[in-house]
Amino acid sequence: MSAIIDQAAIKSSADEDGFVEPAERKIPKFVLTLISVFVALVLWEIAGRRVNPIFASYPSAIAVAFWELARTGALWSATYDSLRPFVLGYGIAILIGAPLGLLLGRYAVFEALFGIYVTAGFAMPLVALVPLLTLWLGLGFAVKVTIIFLMSVFPICINTWLGVRAVPKSLIEVGRALVAPNSVILRRIVFPATLPYIVAGMKLAIGRAVVAMIIAEFFTAISGLGAIIINSANNFDTATMFVPIVVLVVLAIGLTSFIGFVERKLAPWQAEIAGRNEA
Amino acid sequence: MGEVTLTNVSKRFNIRIDGQVQKVNALSHVAFSVADGELVALIGPSGCGKTTALRIIMGLETPTTGQVSVDGVAINGCGYDRGIVFQHAELLPWLTAYENVAFALEMKGVRGAVLKDTAMRYLDLVGLTKSVNRRPYQLSGGMQQRVGIARALAIDPKVLLMDEPFGALDAQTREQMQGELLEIQARTKKTVIFVTHDLDEAVLLADRVVVMRDGRVSEILNVDLPRPRTDIEAIRGMAAYADLRFRLWKSLHAPSVSTQKLESVN
Ligand SMILES: Nc1ncnc2c1ncn2[C@@H]1O[C@H](COP(=O)(O)OP(=O)(O)OP(=O)(O)O)[C@@H](O)[C@H]1O
Ligand SMILES: [Mg+2]
Repeated sequence: MSAIIDQAAIKSSADEDGFVEPAERKIPKFVLTLISVFVALVLWEIAGRRVNPIFASYPSAIAVAFWELARTGALWSATYDSLRPFVLGYGIAILIGAPLGLLLGRYAVFEALFGIYVTAGFAMPLVALVPLLTLWLGLGFAVKVTIIFLMSVFPICINTWLGVRAVPKSLIEVGRALVAPNSVILRRIVFPATLPYIVAGMKLAIGRAVVAMIIAEFFTAISGLGAIIINSANNFDTATMFVPIVVLVVLAIGLTSFIGFVERKLAPWQAEIAGRNEA
Repeated sequence: MGEVTLTNVSKRFNIRIDGQVQKVNALSHVAFSVADGELVALIGPSGCGKTTALRIIMGLETPTTGQVSVDGVAINGCGYDRGIVFQHAELLPWLTAYENVAFALEMKGVRGAVLKDTAMRYLDLVGLTKSVNRRPYQLSGGMQQRVGIARALAIDPKVLLMDEPFGALDAQTREQMQGELLEIQARTKKTVIFVTHDLDEAVLLADRVVVMRDGRVSEILNVDLPRPRTDIEAIRGMAAYADLRFRLWKSLHAPSVSTQKLESVN
C-alpha cells in the first residue's frame, strides 16, 4: 500500500512538499509470474507433442478437451459436485482447527492431554482409513466431507498451535497488567498475534484438502472431478484427464491468493512489519 | 491512597544455558517503602534489578521471598490500582495508537463516549493527537513510548510504575514529558515509581532516589528541593540541585560491595 504511485503526482512532477516520487522501474511481480507460466506452457507443448498422447498430453490438446467438457456442461456440474464437500470439509476444518490450536498453545494441561492426538493425526496415513470411513459413513456426501475435514484440520491446528507458542510473553503481559481474564487475552491478544500462522495453516491445508477431495471421489461414490479423471484415464483419453487436474490447480491457486488477499485486508500490520508491502 | 511497601523482596531466576542451570539473584532482600503521593526514582547500573523490582511491584512477577503491599494489603497479581509503562513500550502491533489506549480503558470497563474522550485526552497530553490512527510500526520509538505512557495514565492508577519512560526521547520532548508528569502528579497526587539512568531526571522529578546495585538497595537519597518544580531553569540553577546531583553521582560510582570485599581480602 505504501508503494502505490500516484499517477497525478508523476505528471505534475512534484507534490506540495516539493518531492518527486521516483517512477517505478521494476517489472510488476504478476508480469514475471505470467512470463514464467507462459514459458512453462510453451516448453510443455513442445515436449508433450513428441510423446505418445496416451502417456502424456500438452496444453493445446488439454485446451481442446476443456472446451469439449465445458460445452457439454459436464465440467461445471462435476466441479460443483466436487466443491460442495470441499467447501464444507475445509470450512469445518478451519472452524475446529484454529480454536483447537489456540487452546493447545495456550493451556499446558490441555496440550498435555490432547496434543499427542493432533501430532498423531497429522502424521497418520489417512488414505488407509478411507475404507473404514466408508463402512461407518457410507459412500455419499458425509464421507467425502469427513475425509476432506480430516486431511485439512491438522495442518491448520498444528500451525495455530505453533503460532500461539511464538507469541511474545511481553504482549500477553500487556493483558495481564490490565487484569484481563484469560479468555479475553486469548481473543484479543493471542488470536490476532497468531493470525499469520493460522492463515499459513489454511494455505497449507488447501493442498491437502484438494488431495483429500480426489481421494474421496476415487474411493467412495465415484463422482465430481475425480470421476472425470478416472473415466478418461480408463479410456486412455489423457488430455481429458488433465482437464480436472488443471481446474483443481487453478482453483487451489485462486483460493490461496484469495486467502492472502483477505489476510492483507484483515491483518495489514503483518506484511508491513515484515516489509513485504514495499514495492 | 497509594502507599507501596516492599519487605525483604528477593527474586531468583533459574536460567538454563547449554543444559546447565544457573541461578541469577536479580534481587536480594530489597526493602523500601514509598509514601502515598511520593515520586521515587530507581537508579543503578544496567542489570542491577530495576526492571525486576518494578515487575514485582506490578504483580507480573512473583518474588522468591518477601512481599509487596499496596496500602497495607499484600498484592496478589496485577490490579487497576497499579499501572505500568514498559521499558520497550509493548504496544499491540495490530492496534493503532488510539486503539492501544482504548484497549486498556476497555479492559477496565470504560465504554462509549467516556472511553473515546479519555483516550483522546491522554494521547493529546503526550502530544500524539496527529498520529492517533497510526500503528506502532508507523511510529518512532519515542512516539511508541509516549503511547505506552498514555495507556498507563489513561486507566488512572493510584500507583504509576514507569520503566525508563523517557529514555527514548530527545532532550526537548523529554523535558516536556517530565513537566507533564510533574503536573499530573501534582494534580492527581499519584504515587510514582520510575526507573531512570539519567541523574538529572532523578533529581529533578523525585522526592527520593533509591540507588540499586547487584540486586540490592545501596543507598536512598532524599531530594529536598522545593515543589512545584515546573520551573526547570530555576531548579537547575540551585546550589542544592548541583549538590544532590553530585552526591548521587558519587553514590553510583562508589566501589561496589563485591569489589570492596575483594580489596579487603588482598
Ligand atoms: N526473565 C528472566 N530470566 C532470567 N534472568 C532474568 C530475567 N529477567 C531478568 N533477569 C536477570 O536479572 C537481572 C536484573 O535484570 P533487570 O532487567 O531487572 O535489570 P535492569 O536493572 O532493569 O537493567 P537495565 O537497566 O539494563 O534495564 C539481570 O542479571 C538479568 O539477566
Ligand atoms: Mg530494565
